[in-house]
Amino acid sequence: MIMPGLYHILFISAALFFIGVYGFFTRRNLITMLMSIELILNSVNLNFIAFNKYVWPNKLDGLFFTLFVIAIAAAEAATAIAIIINLYRSHQSIDVENAQDLKY
Amino acid sequence: MPNATYILLIPLLPLAGFLLLGLFGRKYFKNTSGLIATCLLLISAALALYTAYGYFFEYGKVDGIYKQLIPLQIHWLEFSPGVSINMGIVLDPISVMMLVVVTFVSLMVHIYSLGYMKGDERFPTYYAFLGLFTFSMLGLVVSSNIFQIYIFWELVGVSSFLLIGYYYDKPSAVAACKKAFIVTRFADVGFLIGILILSFYTGTLDFNTLIQKLTNAGSPELQHAMAASFLGVSALTWGLVLVFIGGAGKSAMFPLHIWLPDAMEGPTPVSALIHAATMVVAGVFLVARLFPVFAISAPQALNLVGYVGAFSAFIAAIIACTQTDIKRVLAFSTMSQIGFMMFALGVSGTGGENGLGYTASMFHLFTHAMFKALLFLGAGAVIHFIHSNDMKDMGGLRKYLPITHISFLIACLAIAGVPPFAGFFSKEEILLAAYRHNMAIYYVALVTSGLTAFYMFRLYFSIFWNKEANIHEPHHGEGGFAMMLPLVLLAVGAAGAGFIPFGKFVSSDGAALESEFHLQFSIAPVVLGLIGIFTAMWLYKKQNDKPDRIAAALSGLYKAAYHKFYIDELYIFITKKIIFNLIGRPAAWFDKNVVDGMVNLTGNTTTAISERIKGLQSGKVQQYAMYFMAGVIGIAVLFIYIWK
Repeated sequence: MIMPGLYHILFISAALFFIGVYGFFTRRNLITMLMSIELILNSVNLNFIAFNKYVWPNKLDGLFFTLFVIAIAAAEAATAIAIIINLYRSHQSIDVENAQDLKY
Repeated sequence: MPNATYILLIPLLPLAGFLLLGLFGRKYFKNTSGLIATCLLLISAALALYTAYGYFFEYGKVDGIYKQLIPLQIHWLEFSPGVSINMGIVLDPISVMMLVVVTFVSLMVHIYSLGYMKGDERFPTYYAFLGLFTFSMLGLVVSSNIFQIYIFWELVGVSSFLLIGYYYDKPSAVAACKKAFIVTRFADVGFLIGILILSFYTGTLDFNTLIQKLTNAGSPELQHAMAASFLGVSALTWGLVLVFIGGAGKSAMFPLHIWLPDAMEGPTPVSALIHAATMVVAGVFLVARLFPVFAISAPQALNLVGYVGAFSAFIAAIIACTQTDIKRVLAFSTMSQIGFMMFALGVSGTGGENGLGYTASMFHLFTHAMFKALLFLGAGAVIHFIHSNDMKDMGGLRKYLPITHISFLIACLAIAGVPPFAGFFSKEEILLAAYRHNMAIYYVALVTSGLTAFYMFRLYFSIFWNKEANIHEPHHGEGGFAMMLPLVLLAVGAAGAGFIPFGKFVSSDGAALESEFHLQFSIAPVVLGLIGIFTAMWLYKKQNDKPDRIAAALSGLYKAAYHKFYIDELYIFITKKIIFNLIGRPAAWFDKNVVDGMVNLTGNTTTAISERIKGLQSGKVQQYAMYFMAGVIGIAVLFIYIWK
């Protein structure tokens, strides 16, 4: 049995990141886009943890960073959902294609 | 010393009238505004008379000489220690005389307008403007400071602008008021530069100090001002000539007289006010105010005043012989009479007998105010009756307008210099002064006074005699009591003002000047005047073709005079063809193409660029995210592979 090393975890992290980016670019539903952003953030978290564990095992900086990112992600989700609810009230839709009023 | 408060009230009451009627007149005093303004001015005139009585008979005379009194002096603006602008009141013979003349004539015009302007839409506004005009002129004559006089000078200009353009729905009136304002403003630039030169060399703006410094031969200021020269003429002379240009603009001296005939577009009582007592004599007054400096330190400038005055008097008299609009005839006669006043100052010296011209000039100003106001108000009555300004529509009106007829006749006799009417005495003095100092001016003046008699009686006979009156229905009479009272009062003035021993009160040095009377000397002007009158009678008493034949015989001269010697056209040629084409158009081209071009280029470039790139801001969130992603990747690539 192969023990998972740094490269395996980085591979998963990169995959998660690009899945998130792909989802963010292609999905029209705002909730789905929000979920994609969470994927991106989680891939970053994974990176932090992995580097912390394999490169500087006796330090906790990466762990703390991850905790901050999770807290900010929670706050961001709350804000984003509030925006989405307001958008739904005014546009009767949460499709991002229908929210193009702010342009030149 | 008189009490300053009531003297201050003389100019302030018309100002109060202006503010009251100007602000609230249309709302609250629609019908009573005329009465209010007239009452205020009546008080003002009574105070002026009281002041004059006090000054001339009680406190003015010290040891047989009229002193200058300054009952009020307010320290207003101080530029540096020593140079400050004060606002004050000066009482001396000419300012007191002017106070009486201005308030009296203005009062007559106020009363007259009660009848003349009755029913006018903007009745309160009219009286407000009259109040402003009277205030400005009263402030001007009592000024103690050359800058104060300049302030009131401009106020006179702006109120005359308002009054000339009173009928603002008439394009000709609008053009006339603009012309009057621009021409006098143009002259005022000269006045301002003159003030700056004089105050620069003397370091003061106060009249007394200024005159004292510039007439005392030993003072360093005078020597400094005489030594500095430009184009071979001393700075002092330049300063005085520039001040005189300002005066010439207001007093309609050649070649700045072009606004005067057009100023007839205002209501007729306004013309009476402008031409008799206020605006046009301001220039004469200014020269008289600075007279000691002119006479003692700058004789060349004084000579210029004399020649310009004589030339203007002569040319205006010729033009007046050919005009057919009665108000224009009167306008040119005003110009001619102001010319008399100017050259009387020009041939005068200071002190004792030499100052005869000065006294004569002020005397003529005084009598002229009476008969010229009377002539204009009479003309107003005629115009009111016949609804036309043109002589051709008139004739035979003596039966319809008996009071106007008699008063007009008195005024004509006065201006023609027939004894014993007022004009005779003042004109005699002027001619005597000219005879003693300058024969050339004397002969010009003699011919001009003959011409004056001719054109005034041409006017008189054309209006009141000539053909039979062509009145369809005598719809109304002469005009009410309000219009006739001023005519009668002024007629009394025009008939009797000459008997005032004027030299006792007003003279160049304050000491009484015995008015002399030489019988053999007055033969020539009186005979010339009578010749003028009888020629006019022969030509115009009955309708005939003699005037036309004479006009045809002198066709070139007649046409030139009828078109006012093409001076207006000359001005238009100079301004439109030369100044506009040579300076105005290139400047306009530069402005339109170069200056505007640069501004437009900036704007157009910005617009073009933003046209191209505004598509970036599409409103599509995912597109923005894509740009952002591309940017991050780009920077990452940059950092990893290029800036290692």
